[in-house]
Amino acid sequence: MKKLLSKGWRPLLVIILLIICWEVVCHLFDIPDWLLPAPSDIFEESIGGWGSYSHHIFSTVQLAVIGFLVGTSVGVLVAICLHLIPFLREAFYPLLIISQNIPVIVSAPLLIIWFGFGMLPKVIIITLVCFFPITIAALDGFRQTNRELMHFMQMAGANKRQIFWKLEWPHALPALFSGLKISATYSVMGAVISEWLGANKGIGVYMTLASSSFRTDRVFVAIVLVIILSLLFIGCIVYAEKLVIRWKPKGEGNANE
Amino acid sequence: MSKLLIENVSKSFGKNQVLQDMSLTVSDGEFVSILGPSGSGKSTLFRLIGGISLPDSGSIYLDDAKINGQRGSISYMPQSSSLFPWRTILKNVLLGAELNGKIDEDKAVNMLERAGLKGYEHAYPHQLSGGMKQRVSFIRALLSPQAFMCLDEPFSALDEFTRVDMQKWLLNVWTEYQRSILFVTHHIEEAIFLSDRIIVLSQRPATVKKEFVIPFERPRREELLLTEEFLRFKKGVYDALVE
Repeated sequence: MKKLLSKGWRPLLVIILLIICWEVVCHLFDIPDWLLPAPSDIFEESIGGWGSYSHHIFSTVQLAVIGFLVGTSVGVLVAICLHLIPFLREAFYPLLIISQNIPVIVSAPLLIIWFGFGMLPKVIIITLVCFFPITIAALDGFRQTNRELMHFMQMAGANKRQIFWKLEWPHALPALFSGLKISATYSVMGAVISEWLGANKGIGVYMTLASSSFRTDRVFVAIVLVIILSLLFIGCIVYAEKLVIRWKPKGEGNANE
Repeated sequence: MSKLLIENVSKSFGKNQVLQDMSLTVSDGEFVSILGPSGSGKSTLFRLIGGISLPDSGSIYLDDAKINGQRGSISYMPQSSSLFPWRTILKNVLLGAELNGKIDEDKAVNMLERAGLKGYEHAYPHQLSGGMKQRVSFIRALLSPQAFMCLDEPFSALDEFTRVDMQKWLLNVWTEYQRSILFVTHHIEEAIFLSDRIIVLSQRPATVKKEFVIPFERPRREELLLTEEFLRFKKGVYDALVE
């Protein structure tokens, strides 16, 4: 906690200053609430309106977690397949990139047309957004396997399976975790976007309702919620990383010796 | 029992011939060093013995069985320690055994203790010094089920003091276990101090240029390095190498 404070006071200070400026500007120029609510109004709404949005949070968290888990599994599986079967890698790599070039805003309505308003199209959207950073990170991790260690495994007569599980997989874990961190934030965003397009619960729904009724303060409450959820998700991944990767020397990123 | 026989092995990569008609033997329990200028194909020779690449012609026999292209016939200690950073020291030394099925954890703990690594069983490689890592790497090779050992310039990255310590340590361990060792180095003194026999390679394409049987009795002590006979012998090897 001390470490967090000693490192974190600078960004914290910037944010506090920004909020103070915002508050002052709102009062100074008498900006109407529907255009830009003051931070104090947003804070008030976030406390007083708890009853009106609390059930949305649970729904979004549930969706984001399911989507993240499915997306992660798909991402890791795709990476393993493409890595172990070079033919597949050549064949499918371009398709992977293309899948990321189609904007979610375009693909999401299509998915809703095909799969309705249930859970499935939403999970597919989050998966589409989530799997890519993981696949790319894991593939990179596999490819950058230390050559000396590989040489040792070959001389020792390890088979392909042993090389994968005893060398390539653990070697790719740090890279995989970088991918997971990106995907964790994407999953919250993906969940909100998919709720926008058709749902009856969730932060996305709350946000749409708020903006169409000019409750700008509620839009900001939704934004704050999304930020908090994303941070929480990343926090979980960082914690998991610390549990899994204990062998890294402290205070440096590169353990490839 | 483990003896290695290399018969008329040649290998080239494209137009670049690396090994030419090379023949050598390592008898059971013998310590043989290969000495050659850098880039003379010592690593290629190990790749052939390890079965990672195939010779263009010639055969390699281990205990009378042909092992051309057969991986995992020998236990191997590479130039860099090549310890797996995510494995504890104990797990690292067990790796060779793990790949081939039979794990003997007690024996591993015992060996680590005798190598002066007691208390480091559950440490990670980055917590160890260079010399300690090489010791761990050697124990890993010793604990591998393959009896024949190939050591690829294992001490080349160490400083002079650690190097001499490691050589003495290696001799001790070797006397105790009596394994057949093929040792690659470009350090003349090291080769003489450790081996029963030295094989000097020529420049590319490498072939066996000369062989020396080391006359010094075992156990050898560090003082030997400064005796008149040792230096004279060293000069002889040096002349053969640069000739």
